[in-house]
Amino acid sequence: VRFQRMARMTVTAAVVALAAAGCGSSDGSGGSGDAGSCKYQIGYFGALTGDSANLGINIRNGAKLAIDQYNKDAKDCVGLKEFDSAGDPAQAPGLARKAVTDKTVLGIIGPAFSGESKAANGTFDQGKLPIITASATNPALADNGWKIFHRILGNDASQGPAAARYIKDVMKAPKVFVVDDATEYGKGLATIVKSDLGSAVIGTDTVQAKQTDFAATVTKIKASGAKAFFYGGYYAEGGLLRKQLTDAGGKDIVMVAADGVKDPGFVKAAGQAAAEGTILTCPCLPPSKTKGTFAADYKAAFKVDAGTYSGEAFDAATVFIEGIKAGKTTREALNDFIGSFHGEGVTKSIAFDAKGEVTDKVIWAYKVKAGQIVEEQEIK
Amino acid sequence: VQFLLDNFWDLSVTGLTQGAIYALIALGYTLVYGVLRLINFAHSEVFVTGTFASIFVLHAFGLGSDDPVPSAGMVVLYIAAAAVGAMVASAATALVVERVAYRPLRRRNAPPLVFLISAIGASFAISEAFGVLVDRNNVRVPNLIEPQTQFHLFGASVNNRQLLIVAAAIVMMLCLDQFIRRTRLGRGIRAVSQDPDSAALMGVNKDRVIALTFILGGLMAGGAAVLYDLQFGVTRFNAGFVLGIKAFTAAVLGGIGNLRGALLGGLLLGLMENYGSAIIGSEWRDVVAFVFLIVVLMFRPTGILGESLGKARA
Repeated sequence: VRFQRMARMTVTAAVVALAAAGCGSSDGSGGSGDAGSCKYQIGYFGALTGDSANLGINIRNGAKLAIDQYNKDAKDCVGLKEFDSAGDPAQAPGLARKAVTDKTVLGIIGPAFSGESKAANGTFDQGKLPIITASATNPALADNGWKIFHRILGNDASQGPAAARYIKDVMKAPKVFVVDDATEYGKGLATIVKSDLGSAVIGTDTVQAKQTDFAATVTKIKASGAKAFFYGGYYAEGGLLRKQLTDAGGKDIVMVAADGVKDPGFVKAAGQAAAEGTILTCPCLPPSKTKGTFAADYKAAFKVDAGTYSGEAFDAATVFIEGIKAGKTTREALNDFIGSFHGEGVTKSIAFDAKGEVTDKVIWAYKVKAGQIVEEQEIK
Repeated sequence: VQFLLDNFWDLSVTGLTQGAIYALIALGYTLVYGVLRLINFAHSEVFVTGTFASIFVLHAFGLGSDDPVPSAGMVVLYIAAAAVGAMVASAATALVVERVAYRPLRRRNAPPLVFLISAIGASFAISEAFGVLVDRNNVRVPNLIEPQTQFHLFGASVNNRQLLIVAAAIVMMLCLDQFIRRTRLGRGIRAVSQDPDSAALMGVNKDRVIALTFILGGLMAGGAAVLYDLQFGVTRFNAGFVLGIKAFTAAVLGGIGNLRGALLGGLLLGLMENYGSAIIGSEWRDVVAFVFLIVVLMFRPTGILGESLGKARA
């Protein structure tokens, strides 16, 4: 019995140690630079690890750039505190509570995805902590009466119809198959696209996050005779689906997807050959079209080109910084400041309506060419 | 349902391909269970190690992710090298798991639950380690096989890659089956699985047999890893999670501890998933798979072929 108890204790200790080692990286309250020593902090809330981490990292970097530029010649520094949700709605409420209880955090950039936004924003609202999301595009998020909610980009109520318009008017595809990934974001977007395309939709299917074998879906798309298919979801699964469809002889069926797929990770998962020609919509401005020196500064700071929503995140951080500069250093005052903010960002002119939606919306179509995601045209 | 009937053979072919991979991984669960009566939940990471190792080998040969497909002769060489690399890496991982997470506990006669937890711990540790190493990105496998339709089976096209996967999986399983049935080491495995104490009294080195069992499971997982890489062209640190659960399900379905059961269970599971997805939609795929498992277990609690690693030609 003594041996058993010893063994049990050893194992428990080992498992705890392993778990701690495993989670250590995803705990992520590290912050940037001298975050801890600054009097006020702006939080980044979203995935920095997990399947769709790339999307979150772009946003974090955009925000970091704005804050670092401000800190360079400010006498009171502002910190960036990271709350890594791994994009998981189940982790979001706890993490949001953590952010709310940290009184040095005045505002949150994020949450990055729609699913986690739905789970976390109620907590932010109770804590009166203002948020500006630079990427969560589910339209229903604005309808919850959250006074702290702001969105610095067009939502899926404008992106979905734009994608549908592109399929109808530019691609002129008469038969379209629609696939979604059952997430808040993917399903919501696919539903909008479906209703906008109307009778052109000849079949639908739903896949799951973390799925790798899409054989049944591929068979359905092929059998439907569709010329194009719309995918509502994120790049990890989207890339695999594209590749498997191409492998199964569906090379000519064009994939149309939205901002959740607009990441180099998509090309990586699908392979350059299969990814070629994929159309991606995004309520984000191409980095090359951003104003000022943003694109060059970003490249200099992070050694890569600005990604999806880096510019939007930069603008969101700028709004917070302007507020702090104006002496709005309580959460309530900062929230009021954002509500009445008017100014020029690098991606658009920024002003929010009563529901927290940005008034100036732009939707662009991008296309995968030779392994790169390049801008195609603005969808009016 | 009409869709299922129209595309029945197409769905069968893709289902069997996926099922063959399930079956190869299922062997690892079944072997360890047969000998130790324990589930090795770290086996999914034994598999993941193989998927990364084969990519590592291919990169070492200078193949890039988006290079064109090499000539046929080279492809055979590359696949063989990748297979060897994956099998060695997976077997080594399995052995390490046995040494670190099993043997110390066995020496102290820990209760079965503790093994379960230590295996899950090992699984997380390995998976997260890969996650950190590759920044949690998808990792591309160099293109080795361009799928080309070889022939049509009742209207469903069958391509060279699907043929290779199913054939390779079945050959590997036959080899394993013969190894367990005919060789001295195989006899040792069967002896320990039937009655560990008597086997020890008859001079079978139990520790060695257990290590061998883990290695065999690792070799099969390594084979599955190469086939997975060829089929999906991409791997990621948590690729083993869902696949491991499915393979475990396949093992239980066929009768855990039974090698032929693992084959049958894997193929059946692959088919049922596809048929289920076709009838009610892909979001029901896992539901269909597990309802099928529960229904089978209701009528045959020990799985379709029953538990019988030891009793195979006892």
